[in-house]
Amino acid sequence: MKPVVIVGAGPAGISAARTLLDHGIRPCLVDESLRGGGQIYRRQPQGFQRTAKQLYGFEAREAEAVHRTMDELAPLIDYRPETLVWNAEDGRLDMLNNGRAESIEYAQLIVATGATDRILPVPGWTLPGVYSLGAAQIALKYQGCAIGERVAFCGSGPLLYLVAYQYAKAGAKVVAVLDSAPFSAQCRALPALLGQPTTLAKGLYYRAWLTAHGIPVHQGVTLKQIDGTQRVSGIQWGDQTLPCDAVAFAHALRSETQLADLLGCEFTWNALNRAWLPQRDSAGRSSVNGVYLAGDGAGIMGADAAQMAGERAALAVLEDSGVAIDQRRPAVLEQQLAAIQRFRHGLETAFPFPENWAVEAPDELILCRCEEVRVGDVRAVVDEGHWEINRVKAQCRVGMGRCQGRMCGLAAAEIVAERSGRAIENVGRLRGQAPIKPLPFGVEVQP
Amino acid sequence: MIDVIVLGGGIVGASAALMLAQKGQRVALVERDFCGSHSSGVNYGGVRRQGRPLHQLPLSQRAHQLWADLPGLIGIDGEYVRSGHLKLARSHADFGALQAYAEQTQGFDLSLQLLDYVELRARFPWVGDIAVGASLCPEDGHANPRLVSPAFARAAKQRGAHLYEQSLVTRIEHDGQDFQVHCANGLHLQAPWLLNCAGAWAGAVAEQFGEAVPMTSAHPAMLVTEPLPVVMDVSTGVEGGGIYARQVARGNCILGGGRGFALGPQQARPGQAAVLEILRNAGELYPFLKGAQAIRTWSGTEGYLPDHEPVIGPSSTQPGLLHGFGFAGAGFQLGPAVGEALAEIVCTGASRQPIEAFSIRRFQA
Repeated sequence: MKPVVIVGAGPAGISAARTLLDHGIRPCLVDESLRGGGQIYRRQPQGFQRTAKQLYGFEAREAEAVHRTMDELAPLIDYRPETLVWNAEDGRLDMLNNGRAESIEYAQLIVATGATDRILPVPGWTLPGVYSLGAAQIALKYQGCAIGERVAFCGSGPLLYLVAYQYAKAGAKVVAVLDSAPFSAQCRALPALLGQPTTLAKGLYYRAWLTAHGIPVHQGVTLKQIDGTQRVSGIQWGDQTLPCDAVAFAHALRSETQLADLLGCEFTWNALNRAWLPQRDSAGRSSVNGVYLAGDGAGIMGADAAQMAGERAALAVLEDSGVAIDQRRPAVLEQQLAAIQRFRHGLETAFPFPENWAVEAPDELILCRCEEVRVGDVRAVVDEGHWEINRVKAQCRVGMGRCQGRMCGLAAAEIVAERSGRAIENVGRLRGQAPIKPLPFGVEVQP
Repeated sequence: MIDVIVLGGGIVGASAALMLAQKGQRVALVERDFCGSHSSGVNYGGVRRQGRPLHQLPLSQRAHQLWADLPGLIGIDGEYVRSGHLKLARSHADFGALQAYAEQTQGFDLSLQLLDYVELRARFPWVGDIAVGASLCPEDGHANPRLVSPAFARAAKQRGAHLYEQSLVTRIEHDGQDFQVHCANGLHLQAPWLLNCAGAWAGAVAEQFGEAVPMTSAHPAMLVTEPLPVVMDVSTGVEGGGIYARQVARGNCILGGGRGFALGPQQARPGQAAVLEILRNAGELYPFLKGAQAIRTWSGTEGYLPDHEPVIGPSSTQPGLLHGFGFAGAGFQLGPAVGEALAEIVCTGASRQPIEAFSIRRFQA
């Protein structure tokens, strides 16, 4: 019998696996990482001794719970760590594990592929010493090292203050936090944010803690440039400069949707996420029969919501397979998810997308680092009359390299929209193409 | 007033539009998607004469002349290089076939050079040990299809052709004098000439005019590597079929081989089986790829007739209708010459190159 397969062992995937197992179904859980836990609760390597409190702060309890669940599940399910899903075709996932290609057919599939940082390039962003906020956090949580000795944190979104706080707390020198969102926006967002008082309290706490510890927090300012020749030597904003040797930056998160795309899921424009997202109903059912979506991979809502959505999607799988479930549970989860969704609206008000980024990006700014495509190259293609993002890609290679547009695709779309005078939702969506991540020559094939 | 409506903005239709516009004809080029965005824009990019059947060679030779001044024709170099095309033989029988081809094509100025095992190693040391010999066509080469094909349409527009992209044709009629072409977006065109260059979708037009052809679609499996040190100085293929490969100036290697599948009427994917076949087997022909990574795969939709020959020339049923389709995955190099041949029929009544072998009448037994 074909198994229920879950892709991604973060909060959503682990919670889905737990729910299925509790109902007598032994799922297959496929994860790219060595150890389950996902990104936000990323685990340190075996043998590292830092406590959960040190690693995850306020989220220590949640992180420990997720890891404990993962450890309990691992021997009871078909757990496949270090396995990349690179393609989906015909009711089957194509995977790569230690240089070996293998496939698995699924009865149902829960896609919980998570998120990465949303990057809006600034001059100097390809210098050594520049990291995304998420990468800076992983360096700290996983390897136990800071990205530099004097680190500036820039961009926007809740992760900005969290990571700056974690760095300062771990003993790194945080030279400044630059938030492109103005304080007024955060005030405006308060009513919606109050729906999740504890989350809000944590956010305010990080912000207050940073100020209390003498770390300059500048709000409503935009990082103009990262200086340096061989590596980062400082940053510029307004008419100010500040020396530093590392920069972490991002503007919130973006969903990893390539697998949903290869699976043929219908996508719709989501204004809140300012992105094309696979459609899902309140339970997580996608437009493709038997394919379910959970967690940040289908829209950014954070780890708590991911856990709920993972459970909800698993319950949907069970309902759709005729397995009895607690009939009250789905409604409870859906209500909680709706509350988090309102909070999410508040966050978007508090940390609005910097609409002027595309206007101000200089022509010589590298947009696509894999293919070394500059903003001006994209603008030139638009000036020739192209406005559809796949077409622009074909003309100037933007998004055509190693990352397949995962890093640069959103920023490229912003440039195309601004230059062509179209709304961002009217320039199309980069088509997903296998492999989701690079595949080696000489791959062995499982017979 | 329009003289000619061209259906299909691939390299054949766009070339025809360009050549017609150059000859002073008033042309409308109608494309359902974007010009050069389907097979013409996503093929391997081989610009080769070597290996073509003999009766294609006059057209192919003419195309070779047109490619020689690509910037003059379309305003860009399209990354076109006359690198040479190296056809590898994996067995002595295959090498024998290469020798026979070289003899048959002696009248066509391909300047083929046969290389035995030792000569092949001396000239192209990166070729895998499995090759026992090869045939080199020094003036063949490769180009970037996603730049070249749209540029033909752009050049046609610059010469005065009207370009209608995102225009799905929903109805075609002939009123005894003119073709009436209606599109889903409300576009309505009329002209005494209609050129059917709609690629894999051209069969429907032929069928409407009572000359159905047994066309099928096939989907090549293609992939590209990250940039690698430049090693390959020729485009390659394999006698009898197999993995073909070229390397672009940036260092990326483009490989094809095997077949993908249709995702829908307009979209195709290479499929995991074909991709894995290439990744497993490329090493024996191209050992330097060991350790490299494929970053992207793709496919397209190509029209095939049972004899793997195209249909080029006048309709057998409807005066004013010309066909140019069904290139069996090998139309990129021929495209400009086919466009020119169709333009010549419109302007002078006949193509300068022999195209009788490609008549649609061959399917009317």
